[in-house]
Amino acid sequence: MPNKDKSTKFGSDRAPASSVVASVEVAKNEKDLGAMVAVSIDGNEIKVPFGTTILDAAKKLNIKIPTLCHHEDLKVAGVCRVCVVEVEGQRTLQAACAYPITSPMTIKTYSSKVRKARRHNLDLMLKHHVGECYSCFRNNNCELQSLAKEYGVDFYRFGHDTEPHHEIDRSSYSVVRDMNKCIQCRRCVRTCIDLQEVGVLEAVNRGPDLDIATFADMPLGEVVCINCGQCINRCPTGALRANDPSDEIWAAIEDPSKHVVIQTAPSPRAAIGECFGLPAGTSVTRELNTAMRRCGFDKVFDTNFTADLTIMEEATELLIRLKKALVDKEQVAFPQFTSCSPGWVKYLEHFYPEYIDCLSSCKSPQQMFGSIIKTWYAETAGIHPKDIVTVALMPCSAKKFECNRPEMQDSGYKDVDYGLTSRELAQMIQEAGLDLPNLPHSDFDDPIGEATGAGLIFGATGGVMEAALRTAVEIVTGVKTEKIFENLDIIPVRGFEGVKYMEIKVPAAGPVPPILSKALGGLKDFSFLKGATLKVAVAHGTANAKKIMEDIKAGGKFSECHFIEFMACPGGCLGGGGQPIPTSPEIREARTRAIYAEEKTLYSRKSHENPTIDRIYKEFLNDGPCGHKSHKLLHTHYIKRGNKIV
Amino acid sequence: MSKTEKKLVIFSDLDVEKALKNALQKSRPDIIGEVRDSGLKGRGGAGFPTAVKWNLAAAAQGERKFVICNADEGEPGTFKDRVLLTDYADQLIAGMVLAAYAIGSKDGIIYLRAEYTYLRKDLEATIEKMRGKKMLGKRILGKDGFEFDVHIHMGSGAYICGEETALIESLEGHRGEPRNRPPFPVTVGYLGCPTSVNNVETFITALHIVEKGAKWFKTFGTEKSTGSKLFSVSGDCEKPGVYELPMGITIKKLLETVGGEDAKAVQVGGASGTCVPRKDFDRAIAYEDVSTGGSIIVFGQQRDMLQVAINFMEFFCEESCGQCTPCRLGTETLLEGLDLLDEGKCSLKHLRELCSLGETMQLSSKCGLGQSAPNAFLSIVENFKSEIFDTRCSCR
Ligand SMILES: Cc1cc2nc3c(=O)[nH]c(=O)nc-3n(C[C@H](O)[C@H](O)[C@H](O)COP(=O)(O)O)c2cc1C
Ligand code: SF4
Ligand code: SF4
Ligand code: SF4
Ligand code: SF4
Ligand code: FES
Repeated sequence: MPNKDKSTKFGSDRAPASSVVASVEVAKNEKDLGAMVAVSIDGNEIKVPFGTTILDAAKKLNIKIPTLCHHEDLKVAGVCRVCVVEVEGQRTLQAACAYPITSPMTIKTYSSKVRKARRHNLDLMLKHHVGECYSCFRNNNCELQSLAKEYGVDFYRFGHDTEPHHEIDRSSYSVVRDMNKCIQCRRCVRTCIDLQEVGVLEAVNRGPDLDIATFADMPLGEVVCINCGQCINRCPTGALRANDPSDEIWAAIEDPSKHVVIQTAPSPRAAIGECFGLPAGTSVTRELNTAMRRCGFDKVFDTNFTADLTIMEEATELLIRLKKALVDKEQVAFPQFTSCSPGWVKYLEHFYPEYIDCLSSCKSPQQMFGSIIKTWYAETAGIHPKDIVTVALMPCSAKKFECNRPEMQDSGYKDVDYGLTSRELAQMIQEAGLDLPNLPHSDFDDPIGEATGAGLIFGATGGVMEAALRTAVEIVTGVKTEKIFENLDIIPVRGFEGVKYMEIKVPAAGPVPPILSKALGGLKDFSFLKGATLKVAVAHGTANAKKIMEDIKAGGKFSECHFIEFMACPGGCLGGGGQPIPTSPEIREARTRAIYAEEKTLYSRKSHENPTIDRIYKEFLNDGPCGHKSHKLLHTHYIKRGNKIV
Repeated sequence: MSKTEKKLVIFSDLDVEKALKNALQKSRPDIIGEVRDSGLKGRGGAGFPTAVKWNLAAAAQGERKFVICNADEGEPGTFKDRVLLTDYADQLIAGMVLAAYAIGSKDGIIYLRAEYTYLRKDLEATIEKMRGKKMLGKRILGKDGFEFDVHIHMGSGAYICGEETALIESLEGHRGEPRNRPPFPVTVGYLGCPTSVNNVETFITALHIVEKGAKWFKTFGTEKSTGSKLFSVSGDCEKPGVYELPMGITIKKLLETVGGEDAKAVQVGGASGTCVPRKDFDRAIAYEDVSTGGSIIVFGQQRDMLQVAINFMEFFCEESCGQCTPCRLGTETLLEGLDLLDEGKCSLKHLRELCSLGETMQLSSKCGLGQSAPNAFLSIVENFKSEIFDTRCSCR
């Protein structure tokens, strides 16, 4: 398909807005003339703002209308037709998810016509749905399965295929596509095109032959997919899932010659409880530690430690860039971009390869941890790195791709052996018969289980920026950050605004701390920054990242930024492609609240105050942040991939 | 191909330049008022009152507005627009100018069926000629502040692109798939601007109406279906071709005109229309009875009605855009059912279920294609059940 849509504000022709758009603007002010419209739904009266969909109006009345192709995060499609309702005076049924109320109307949501149509449409979808619930990872958490139950599907009226008609695409390190289970709802297409603006998935062919396919029907591993897994989180069925390594992990655990270490990212702990029936936003950090130990992991470490380490390295890198530019008057690439989100990194490599020098050379916390485990930890624990298996519990599907990047072997071995998602660990815990919410609490293992609140908030959008600022501001000004930002809360970078921007005036210049003096070439103090205005920005979801990138290309205000945090997933890692399903703005908000609340309970909220950080730079990375050793183990390089597929 | 000798509306004489000049003397509301009084309904098939559409487009807020001529003529058995595009292109373009004037548009697009590419050169010559005569461009026929021009956009070869919102999607460079409605194109259309999409015949008819008066137009047709209309007649008859006939004509009368008195059934409205059996030939072709965008297919006594149903359903399986469930899989399921019938393996129970599914398709499909795809199936099952079921099925 040619991509001719130039209507997006930042006007790139790479991915079209999905073609099924139709919107009526919803009235904003209730008091405006004609802003409120009276409707009656199943005999209940309500007034709703002009333009509200029937579905949303029904929600206000606690009337449930079933949906399949609708998703709160996505544009309206109106294609599955299970949400149809009867509108008095209209010849045909209307899709509740797509029908804007603009005049008073009477609606029936479960008349016999409606029930019959829904059942028929379900029966039709089940015709070619080849899958067996008991062998499907969405069993008990599948929208198609639930609807089949709700609508009493007791036999297949129009037949039911048993032979698969598609080969399962396992070419990607991150996402497995089993199109035999696909019901063509196009949520994945809308996710990839509209939410992420990557655009590798599209509907091809017409009529009964319609399929959801990758560009030129190539294996997913070979197209410009960034592995974000956002499509997985929004698929109503088991057609999309992450590449599950749990069998290999179980095997390693059961192999007595292997020392299996798991590191856990900040986001899974705030979400995995959802897989055990806990409400979104219930943090289960210490129960989870126990669960992992009982599953058989030999050591349970906290990735937040390397998040702290990332802050040290990345803040130092930023200061080095600033010094080069302002003191040494050298040409350096600005803004510096964060590099902890592998989906974002691949996005940049594909679509903006000319900006590769802006990417921080720091590895992500996951990969830093991998090399630290197989070097420092191996050394101190006296275990040969070949016998260590590192597992990374991540909220992310792209982490699976990242740990398989060929350059990620700086320890001499594969730094991280397996990326495991929150969902997959939940499955392992269930397999082990553990009741996560009711397990006793336990702590992370030493020595690298110690982390600060700064590391923890990496999970939220704006978290990396906030953590970096807490450290950078204190180092540069010599003033405690909490004196500048009340309670250490840097509010402007928090929240779900797609693109956030902030300016900070540097009020004072502190001395260069000894740990950085080598990296900064013997500089005595930061007076070169005094009075300067530091400009930073934050974007989450690659569609928002694209907005910033296009602005930078056009020489707009973001091109003057010094540091920008990018996360591939909407909501940051808490909304990652490996997190429990379903996802919605409310769920991501609840998880975020949990993380910020937990942060307040930690002994410190600034990365440089982590005592183990001090120790590692004394004992192991002894030429300091961005020094020779850390460059070898903690930094990396990138590939200009481009988006031409041959 | 023969045309009727009788000249009613469309084939009646008209001095295009004079008609346009006269029209531009009138006020915009007067033009829409005249069309309203005439009772003209869209000739593209859906039968939506043209004046209402133009009025909505005129009233809609928008910096730009578009007038689009739907010349995608893809309904099986329809070829009346082709005749108009070939011989009456100047009237069509003048009709578009009229619509543009009425709604306040500067941009016109003719969405031309891919198979009609051979007509493009002549159409472009006509457009050029009309520019020369100041019937297109700036200050049309001396009217201050009124400018309008037309360009041609080639269709993509899909039947669904004749559906107006799919047509707009296709114009915008997307997959030709219908949009959710509301909002309708008159408020949010091409490039998000108010857009009036009309059939070729609608534009021409409107031009005649504004020139000769609503009253004159209403001397033809019935109260609810005013005026006359073009019919593309094909199938088992002596004189297939394009006919202009008054609305409300009975099928019987029509068959007499075209030499098909002997017919077993008549498909009114193409694949998406209804199959009318001989016993119902007294029914009228009109919006209030059996309606059509122009296609009339005559089936002689020797026709196998099951095969007819199969052919139509194959057409829909091919042409469904595949977007929505009831149409994507309903068409396929009905076709499978027809094949079962053909093999004598369809139980009565299953046949009933299929008819019920047909109703679901009519009720819950997203656009007119899926909503009308089961029409032929349902009317053939209803009217020819003994032929297609009793004589074949072993498992009664
Ligand atoms: C599947 C489908 C195909 C259609 N094809 C055509 C077509 O080829 N030409 C046409 O004028 N209208 C076609 N229509 C009707 C248009 O959607 C639209 O109603 C019409 O162009 C409006 O013009 P009118 O008001 O002048 O009839 C089609 C509708 C559907 C649902
Ligand atoms: S996708 Fe849903 S319905 Fe299909 S096999 Fe899996 S759980 Fe069952
Ligand atoms: S993983 Fe992300 S980039 Fe890849 S197909 Fe899914 S949404 Fe698109
Ligand atoms: S893969 Fe999943 S989300 Fe995508 S169309 Fe199929 S069922 Fe829907
Ligand atoms: S009814 Fe058919 S043609 Fe129309 S939108 Fe649905 S699938 Fe497409
Ligand atoms: S949920 Fe409304 S059509 Fe799918």
